[in-house]
Amino acid sequence: MIRFLDEYRNPELARQLVERIRDRPIEGLRFMEFCGGHTAAIMKHGLRQLLYPKVELLSGPGCPVCVTAISDLDKAIALAREPEIIVATFGDMLKVPGSYSSLQKTRAEGGDVRVVYSPLDALEIAQRNPEKSVVFIGIGFETTAPAIAASLLDAKNQGVTNFFLLSLHKLCPPVIKVLLDSGEIKIDGIICPGHVSVIIGSHPYEFIPRDYGIACVIAGFEPLDILLAIDMLVGQNERAQPEVEIAYRRGVTSDGNTQAKRIMEQVFKVDEADWRGIGIVAESGLRLREEYQAFNAESTFPVELPPALEPKGCLCGEILRGVMTPLDCKLFGKSCTPEYPVGPCMVSSEGTCAAYFLYGDNHGR
Amino acid sequence: MCLAVPSLIKSICSQTAEVELSGITRKVSVVLTPEVKVGDYVLVHAGYSISVIDEIEAQETIKMIGDMLKDD
Ligand code: SF4
Repeated sequence: MIRFLDEYRNPELARQLVERIRDRPIEGLRFMEFCGGHTAAIMKHGLRQLLYPKVELLSGPGCPVCVTAISDLDKAIALAREPEIIVATFGDMLKVPGSYSSLQKTRAEGGDVRVVYSPLDALEIAQRNPEKSVVFIGIGFETTAPAIAASLLDAKNQGVTNFFLLSLHKLCPPVIKVLLDSGEIKIDGIICPGHVSVIIGSHPYEFIPRDYGIACVIAGFEPLDILLAIDMLVGQNERAQPEVEIAYRRGVTSDGNTQAKRIMEQVFKVDEADWRGIGIVAESGLRLREEYQAFNAESTFPVELPPALEPKGCLCGEILRGVMTPLDCKLFGKSCTPEYPVGPCMVSSEGTCAAYFLYGDNHGR
Repeated sequence: MCLAVPSLIKSICSQTAEVELSGITRKVSVVLTPEVKVGDYVLVHAGYSISVIDEIEAQETIKMIGDMLKDD
């Protein structure tokens, strides 16, 4: 038995929770799961199909690889072509097609691209290769940014001068606001991202019930976590009392992780960010503060880029905004598969297209 | 990407801990969770422990689900 996993995978309790949700009098609610990790878990356990049409689940933009702007990916690829640079990246970025190439292709052509599990691994590569410059591709939401910030503090303390960050980090609450303001989607609740909330807590979502009247529940990633969150969202709608609740109390507190937030704020300042399919969103990104500019890959290694080209026919943008599903894409499962992905949503294990492809869904709409 | 797995803290030396997950031991930084103790379960993400799992809340949630289903 694996603690804190198996208890939350109890199939009998999950079945009963599904029944309980299906027996509720309220009809046709639409909830968005923001996080790609939730999308993958929901699809893997067939929850979307089990709950439809009582509850319709809609995927959101919570896949860091998927929301990386193609021009930023092009930048990473251009850096990987420089002979004196080693690019270190999380594995999911490797196969994502840029406008003209991918990190994987660039590596096959001789670029030095290394897959790491932690920014600390990238820092170690820098220490072992003092004659090279190591650029870490900093993608990820609030979950990941504190770890990256902590690794930069380490680099600074240890006097490492050949470690650089391409900061593409993104913040979740501001983009939720943009999606809600766009009027493109009509939803009755949001399954808020569990591990982002470990860091930021529950307060940053409070504007959602207050200003938009939409229910919010922070959820963990096991089947019971997700079903409990959906049950709570249904309850808020029945009572017509939207609020922010936490269904993942073993990991999330209302204040979040104050130490992680402090370290993140020490290294980064909030700035605009470019989201794939959504565009520039104010105050939704993280830039290095003045004191950490020596680690800034963008200013240290400026690259000239041809104009970015979005892949033809790919609907990732629409899918990330929740206005379409992979089933609307003509390329889905035909010319676009996890082996030969056209867009990022088919690459990342948390991409909506990859989840639909792997776990199949023809009734989920 | 925001994946974080519960792992058991086996030992701590300064800001680095050895954790065990499904029988595999690996080193993680605990700088983001200074309150952590040996024997705690933490959520590990990208080589850092980002949260100490609250065991009481973990049991409470399961109990709450059970009670909720009983009431139906
Ligand atoms: S199936 Fe492929 S081409 Fe279509 S939206 Fe998804 S990633 Fe893009």
